[in-house]
Formats: sequence, C-alpha cells, structure tokens
Amino acid sequence: MARRLAGFLVLLLVVSICEAAFLFQPISDSHRSAALELFTPDHGSFKSLEETYEALRTFQILGIEKKPDLTATACRSISETVGSSSSTAKDLFYALKANSIAECKIDKKASKGIISRLNAAVSGASSLLDFYYSVGGLVLIKDQSSEADVHLADAEGVFRSVKAFSQSDGRWRYSSSNPESSAFAAGIALETLAGIVSLASSEIDQSLISTLKNDIIKLFDSIEKYDDGALYFDDKLVDGHEYQGPLSTTSSVLRGLTAFAAVTAENLNVRDTMLGLAKFFLGICVPGDAKDFFNQIDSLACLESNRVSIPLILSFPSTVLSLTRKDSLKVGVSTVLGSEVPSLTVKLVGAFSSGSKDASLVESQELNFDKASGLHILNDLPKSIDVGSYTFVFEVVLHEPEHEEVYFMGSQTKVPISVTGLIKVENSEIAVLDSDLGSIESQKKLDLAGKNAISLSANHLQKLRLSFQLTTPHGRSFKPHQAFLKLRHESKVEHIFVVGNSGKQFEIVLNFLGLVEKFFYLSGKYDMELTIGDAAMENSLLVAIGHIELDLPEAPEKAPRPPPQPVDPYSRYGPKAEITHIFRAPEKRPPQELSLAFLGLTILPLLGFLIGLLRLGVNLKNFPTKPVPATFAVLFHVGIGAVLLLYVFFWVKLDLFQTLKLLGFLGVFLVFVGHRILSHLAAASAKLKSA
Amino acid sequence: MGRTSSTKEDAGALFHSLRSAYAATPVNLKIIDLYVGFAIFTALIQVVYMAMVGSFPFNSFLSGVLSCVGTAVLAGKSNFLSPLFAKDLPPERAFADFVLCNLVLHLVIMNFLG
Repeated sequence: MARRLAGFLVLLLVVSICEAAFLFQPISDSHRSAALELFTPDHGSFKSLEETYEALRTFQILGIEKKPDLTATACRSISETVGSSSSTAKDLFYALKANSIAECKIDKKASKGIISRLNAAVSGASSLLDFYYSVGGLVLIKDQSSEADVHLADAEGVFRSVKAFSQSDGRWRYSSSNPESSAFAAGIALETLAGIVSLASSEIDQSLISTLKNDIIKLFDSIEKYDDGALYFDDKLVDGHEYQGPLSTTSSVLRGLTAFAAVTAENLNVRDTMLGLAKFFLGICVPGDAKDFFNQIDSLACLESNRVSIPLILSFPSTVLSLTRKDSLKVGVSTVLGSEVPSLTVKLVGAFSSGSKDASLVESQELNFDKASGLHILNDLPKSIDVGSYTFVFEVVLHEPEHEEVYFMGSQTKVPISVTGLIKVENSEIAVLDSDLGSIESQKKLDLAGKNAISLSANHLQKLRLSFQLTTPHGRSFKPHQAFLKLRHESKVEHIFVVGNSGKQFEIVLNFLGLVEKFFYLSGKYDMELTIGDAAMENSLLVAIGHIELDLPEAPEKAPRPPPQPVDPYSRYGPKAEITHIFRAPEKRPPQELSLAFLGLTILPLLGFLIGLLRLGVNLKNFPTKPVPATFAVLFHVGIGAVLLLYVFFWVKLDLFQTLKLLGFLGVFLVFVGHRILSHLAAASAKLKSA
Repeated sequence: MGRTSSTKEDAGALFHSLRSAYAATPVNLKIIDLYVGFAIFTALIQVVYMAMVGSFPFNSFLSGVLSCVGTAVLAGKSNFLSPLFAKDLPPERAFADFVLCNLVLHLVIMNFLG
C-alpha cells in the first residue's frame, strides 16, 4: 500500500512537471519509470490475460527489459488457457496476444485445437465482439504457429456479416439487438475486417474494401478538436455501462485504421489527422491508470510504425529564454516514441509579438544542428527580440524527398516563447510641488534598487510627483504589468495609484487638493511604497520609498468615514460573553416545626371524634357472629381499608391511570362484598322488626 | 334592671332547654353530629394554618378543606343511622351510598392534592 502511494506521488510529480498545452514532449524516461510503477503484478501475476498482454506490450514498446518471472507466469497462464477446453474465444484471443510478445511455445495439438475452436466461434458468432475475438485469434495463431494452415471458411460471408453492423454515420453497432452505435465499436470492426482481409484476401471482392474506405471517411467526419491542434474521437454518453471515454475510443479507432491501412493499398488522406491524434496522445503526458497508459503507448506505437504517415513532433527543453543568461533557443525533433528521425533542418520562419498582427520581427533563418545533443539550436537571438512574450513559427524541411511520403510534420508550428531580462530603472526622483506655480518645494533622488528613507511633508494645496524611467536590455521602452504607488496611513487605510507612462518615462502626480475627500480627510504620516512588476522582468521590485507627512483640512460633518479596517476575521468565532441564568426565586416556605405542629393539630379532631364516640356508647353488637356473614363483614372492612391505602399510594407514587385500574378491581370486589353483608344485615333487621 | 337580668335569665333558660332537648335525641343522630363536627373542625384548623403561612400550594389547601367539607356534607345528607328517615330508603342502602360517595370524593381529593 505504501509502495502504491509512493508510486502515485511519483506520477503526480511527473505529471506536474509535464508541459502545458501547445507543447508536446515525446515519450521519455519518465514514462518508463511510470510504467514500471503502474504495471506491477499482484503476487507475481496479473488478474487476467488482458492485463498480462497490456503489461507485456507496454514494456515491449518502451524497451523495458522483460522480467523472466513475469514471462514465466505469463506462459503458465497462456498454456493453461490454451489447454483448457472451456476457454472462450475472448480468453484465447488474449492468450494468443500475450503469447505474441512472451513467445511461449504452443504444441501442435494445442494449436490445432485452438484453430478448430476459433473456426467454430467464427461460424457461431452473432455480435461484433464475437467476430473480433475469433477472427483476431485466427490472425494471431497464423503468425505464431508453424502450421500455416489457417483457413477462414466463407470469408466473404463473414466480411458481410461484420459490415452489416455499420451505421450510416460511420459508427458501428455491437449487435443486431443493441441499437447503440459507437466509434469504439467502429475501431473494433475495422480491426476485425482487416483481419479477415489478411486471412483470405484473394476471396474478398475489392469493391467491398473500397466501400469500407467511405465508412472510414464518414467516421473521421465526427472527429473532435482541441484548441492546441489535438484531434480525438468521443462517443456520446448515453449509457454509462458502454461508454469508453475519449482515450479508449480514439486508440480503438487508431488501431482499426492502422490495421486496415496495413492490409489494403487504398490511399486514405489522413496525414493531418494522424498528426492531430499524435498531439492528443502526447498531450495526456503520463496517465495514472494502467489501462489508459496501455492505450496511450499502444496508439503511439501504431502511429510510429504505420503505413500512412509517421508524425514528427517538435519538443522544447525550455520555452522561457533569459537575455541575462544569454540563453539560446533549442528545438528537438523526434517521433512520438522518441526515436531517431532522418536528417532534416528546422527553420525559424517568423516571430510575432503576442497579440500583435504586425510583420515578423525576424527574418527566416535556419537553426544549427548540434550532433552531440541532437538538438537544433539558434545561437544568438536577434536584437529585435526584446523582453516580452512572442509566438515563434517553425518549419521543418526534410533533406531526402522520399522521406516526405513517410514522415509528416505539418506545415508550420506555432510556439509561444517568453523572453525575460533585467529592466534598468533609472532617473527616479520624488518631489513636492506647489500647486499653482508648479515650482518645486523639495526634491529628492531615489535609489529604487536599494534602501530609501525619504521624509517629505506636504499640505493639501501641494502636489506629489514621482518619476522614473524603465529601459529594456536592448534600450527600448518597457511597460510593465504592474506599476503602483501605494500610500498607507498610520491607521492602516491604504490608497493605491497606477503610475502611467509615455514611452520610457513613468510619472505620477498626486494633486492633494482633489484627493482630500478620497483620503477621508486623514492627516498624518503616510508610508509610500512603489511596486513595479512583470512576468518578463527578472528584477521586479516592491520597495518602500519612505514617508510623507500630509496636512489635510478638518473633515466636514457629512464627510465619508474611512472604511473600517478588517479585524482579525477569526475573532468573531471566539467565545461570546457568558450569560448567567437567573432562576425564579423559590416561594417562601414556612418553617418546618410550624408545619409539623399543625400536622399534629389536624389529628386532634379525629381523636376528639373517637373519644366522643366512646362517650356516646358506640358498640359492635350488630357484628354478625355466623362464620359466612362474618367473613363478608371482615372483607368489607378490609376492602375499604385497601381502597384508602390505594389512595395513599396514589398520592405518593402512582399515577391516575394505574390508580383507576386498581380501583376498578377493588371497587368491583368491594361492591360485591358490601352488597352481601349489607343485604344480610338488612334481612336480619327486617326479621327483627317483623318479629 | 329587671329587663337585662331577664334577658340573661332568658339566655340561660334557652341554653338549658336546648341542652336537655339535645340529650333526648337518639344516639345515632348524635354520632352523625359528632362526625360532622369533627370534619368541620379539621377544616377550620387548615384555614388557620393557611392564614398563618400563606396559600402557596393553593391546590393542596383547597383539596384539604374541600375533603373535610365534602365528607361533612355527605354525612349530613345520608340518613343511614336514623330509623326516622328510613321510610323510603333502607339504612344499609344509604350507608353503601355514603361509603361510595366518600370513596369517589377522596379519589378526586387525592388527585388534586398534588
């Protein structure tokens, strides 16, 4: 995991170093190290044959030494797939592809078995991918096995079936049931058709192959363009499942195109397109994904060794030249993979100042070829090229005319070049002038390169004048991007003024009479600071000049206040004032002894009642003696006691619902018992009365 | 002179006659009178307490006073002990009525007591 992270960081660093648009670097060692980082097998082998093939092919193209254990594991999985009878056409296809690089031996019996299985797959194929894998497998096995007896039955029929999937806009469908068409599928189809032609070229009608040329031209109508001249193919994102992305789509189309060009003698006028495609692939720099990396490298290899045209690209070690260091302009010419090119000359045909449509600043001249470094060098920049940014226009002329057929350069290449240098700052002085007469009250010379501690004073009737001259190394006038004078008051209120120029002379005059309101009527000490800066200026400066005491009149009533200075923006997130909660003062309670005394007093009447009852002669003579009524009587009294106890509990602990529930039970019991005893008593007294 | 003394004598004679008449009432009624008196007296003590300390838990005061007054009223209305009033309602029925009403009253009181 840490290794992957380190690899990712390396890739990030490499990508960040890579140049921006308009400039394309050929494949270099940074690609090789990135490839080694990306294509690392898990525990010695890759997840699938497809990935094994991609890794092997990438290493082969980049010229990285194959590791023997990688080849061994690849051979193992290849022979496993080849020997197994349950492998699909897709597995066989990728196994054979990997084998074309790993070069493991496949025995005769196995190859016979493969051929028969692939033939069966071809006759049973119904979708584009079926045809692709089976036909592609047959092409591969024909190259690899010593048995040259690979025969494609009914080649014309197969050709027509594949062609049946094509659409009128040059795209292809995957199968008859799927209406989605894509350029990615078009590339696959072209490869398949090229494979069919290579297997059985004599059997196929030439007119069919010619119609294919029209399909390719229609497909190329849908090519898309970036501003820097890169061309690419992209499909519409209809279904995320099938969408491949511009890189995969473009490389698929390119593979198909180069395969087709290799088997036919048709002349496809796609040289400009190949150069644009080369720019697209190189513009990606170093991809971060293994699949993207493979697509890029494989496509560049197709561009490098195809029959249509081999694009050449210009590369620049540096596009920023310093006049101080006396840098010379260096240009490299190579193929996309960084290989050698035939002898040629690079000519600088023009240089234009950025944004200007004037005539070229330089004459057409040839660059010298330095054999040692392999670069074309312009030793001395012409005097007309001063500090600034330019667009240089280059042309490449090949020495041998027959190479013109093979290599393609494009007509002219425009490259933005920046030239930097030291700007001379001279004759800088600052003065305080009297407003009406323009006479100088005090004048001081400034040394803008060193330290300054000028001290001036002025009132609102006077003016401040600052002036200096800027000259380029070649003696021309120079207008920098930034030329500001900043005045900062003691209370941190700032005012910034732009210094204007006429030719080389830069001057600013601050008329304090008009600026009084802008300065918010603040008198006092103002610090002065001058900023001169530009991208092409190697000695940009930000220098404190000194300070000026300004005496401004009093602010009238309605004058604008100076804007509040920003406080520390995080201070408002600090803690706020603390709030103390004020509780309601509790009610005054009586002293506890008083309450207890009255509790006792309340019991007193009850005692009085009981004593009174005794004095009256209350008795229990009517209490039933017979056992059944006696129990009922006892239960009745117990029931009443239980209800009263329930009420005590209700007050202390229970809530109303629980109480009512229990009261329900007790009540029913009490009513039943009470009814029994009272009816018994009633019967007894009625008997007594009647008797 | 004779007038005031006669008033005093009259008051004393009235008081004596009341007392003797009361002694003649049946015991049952005296029990009920005693019960009612006890209940009222308890209520009075609560009112005195409230007057002394303020009516802060007013609900408690109310429930206490009303329970006493309520039970007194119930005792007064029910006539279970006196054969004099037992013409249309048997005394046992009246007693059951009294017990039931008291229980309901005390449930409400306990709820209100808080």
